[in-house]
Amino acid sequence: MTANMHGALNAELRLNEKMFDDDVKKIAIRKGFGEGLVLAGDADARVVVLSGDLTESAQAEAFKQKYPERFVELGVAEQNMAAVASGMAAKGKIPFITSYAMFSPGRNWEQIRTTICYNNQPVKIAGSHAGVSVGPDGGTHQAIEDIAITRVIPHMTVICPCDAIEARKATVAAVSTGTPVYLRLARNATPVMTTNDTPFRIGVAQIVWQSLAPTVGIIATGSLLHKALLAAKELSESGIQVDVMNLSTIKPIDEAAVVALATRTGRIVTVEEHQVAAGMGSAVAECLAVHHPVPMRFIGVQDRFGQSGTPEELVEHYGMGSDAIVAAVHEILAR
Amino acid sequence: MLLSEQQTIALEETANDIRKSIIKMLVAAGSGHTAGPLGMADIFTVLYFHTLRHDPKNPKWEDRDRVLLSNGHICPVLYAAMAYAGYFPKELLMTLRKFGSPLQGHPHREFLPSLETSSGPLGEGLSQAVGMAIADKMDGKTGERRIYCLMSDGELEEGESWEAAMLGGKEKLNNLVAVIDRNNIQIDGFTEDVMPLEPLAKKWEAFNWHVLEIDGHNLEAIAAAFHAAKRIYDKPTVIIANTIPGKGVLEFERDYRWHGNPPNERQGEMALAELRAAGENIRSRAQS
Repeated sequence: MTANMHGALNAELRLNEKMFDDDVKKIAIRKGFGEGLVLAGDADARVVVLSGDLTESAQAEAFKQKYPERFVELGVAEQNMAAVASGMAAKGKIPFITSYAMFSPGRNWEQIRTTICYNNQPVKIAGSHAGVSVGPDGGTHQAIEDIAITRVIPHMTVICPCDAIEARKATVAAVSTGTPVYLRLARNATPVMTTNDTPFRIGVAQIVWQSLAPTVGIIATGSLLHKALLAAKELSESGIQVDVMNLSTIKPIDEAAVVALATRTGRIVTVEEHQVAAGMGSAVAECLAVHHPVPMRFIGVQDRFGQSGTPEELVEHYGMGSDAIVAAVHEILAR
Repeated sequence: MLLSEQQTIALEETANDIRKSIIKMLVAAGSGHTAGPLGMADIFTVLYFHTLRHDPKNPKWEDRDRVLLSNGHICPVLYAAMAYAGYFPKELLMTLRKFGSPLQGHPHREFLPSLETSSGPLGEGLSQAVGMAIADKMDGKTGERRIYCLMSDGELEEGESWEAAMLGGKEKLNNLVAVIDRNNIQIDGFTEDVMPLEPLAKKWEAFNWHVLEIDGHNLEAIAAAFHAAKRIYDKPTVIIANTIPGKGVLEFERDYRWHGNPPNERQGEMALAELRAAGENIRSRAQS
């Protein structure tokens, strides 16, 4: 805890101290995945990468350049890609399948369920362009149901990194889980909040903003963690103490950390760029309803489809900006 | 001839035993598919008792051939062939579709680890087989080791089947053999009424596969096709096996209504009597 009695970044996590600056460094989360893919390939010869005609955009290009013999181009055929990867995993490979989240795990959900998860093969599904922040491409290409459809499948691990650095670490870590993993990635450049020194482990949630006597716990996943932190800073300046958790592993959920946060604060607000139905907030609610029920509010898309616009416009329009988070905190405190 | 007369007779007897087991399993289960398993008994027999490089006592042997059943619903024939080959005791066959049985209604390798894949939803087996064949090619293990994918004709209506076919042709997977059970039936009727598949051989040729068409009940022809596939070096091979659904039991043959229904006890007894008589015939030929 630093001098600020109302709250501050958790110094133990060695986060980016400049994250609140106007010129904060921004990198696309998917870029971190692309770097992680090469590192994963360097570390383990079993790693292979499959692409469905989106090699550049889904960030498989660097791996393809370095390891062409471990790269397979399958064309626009995501259903085939999932099942081919299952077959390769059955032969000892650790395949990463790369596409847009809308098509993988969207279009090929049943192939993921049957050939990957039912067989418990360690295929890693990297879904880029998740969330409304895809922007101008519009609603067809904005996956906001992908957390829901992946976390319901047995054996699956679901990770939604908060920035490019965490995405790089999550990609490397995904290699050794021995299970199917869904990596949820975003298209556009977003603020870098972590550093190379920030610890990362799959399944471990982190308190990134701490207060002495927090009265609300904000749990965020993905790049909206930055909006949650902006909200925390603003609230802190007006004398409201909150804690903010980065829940990048949505499944398996860090039950102990979530329950501890709810116990400490007594109120929870969840923040995700996803339908509020069946997403991360629902996973938190499932956990707390059993172990420590507290009042909750859910920031996310409220049962609507996306549309064209800039990422910033869309995040605001769908009620996921820092103002909306601040309002939700005030509202839950006023009940 | 690949098969001696003795070998042929022994395989005929095994196929007949497998058919009898299929009937008994389905009667005991009270549900399941009849036509497909009976129709594929000869192909599974040649595969498991002549062609495959495998070791039932060591099912995880790294260099074994892989068998993927894409149309998982015909698993009674797979289970029976595996039991007769020695993967597990034949007594287990009577637990088909029962709670806790390793022989799930559609194959699940979590319950029966000697299976290569779990399957049931159609159109996915060939993709997995292609993935296995690509992995073997990456590892330079394409000498003897082969991937066999058994699939139905009806599941070719799934687009994914053709996605997999395209990739198999592109990657020139000569270590991959697909067998299509061309029995012309599916749940709603005859394939050519439901969704015409012809000209089927031309379709596969157009996807850059080596195509063989055989009588799926001629043991010599089946063995010869598997043998011939080993001599194709620049393409995957597809064997279009013309089969009779329900083969071996006259009342069940060629009737699509037996696709998804099991025989009741009376029908089962009738079928077994017919198969026993066929078995007698085989044995008397063996003695002559």
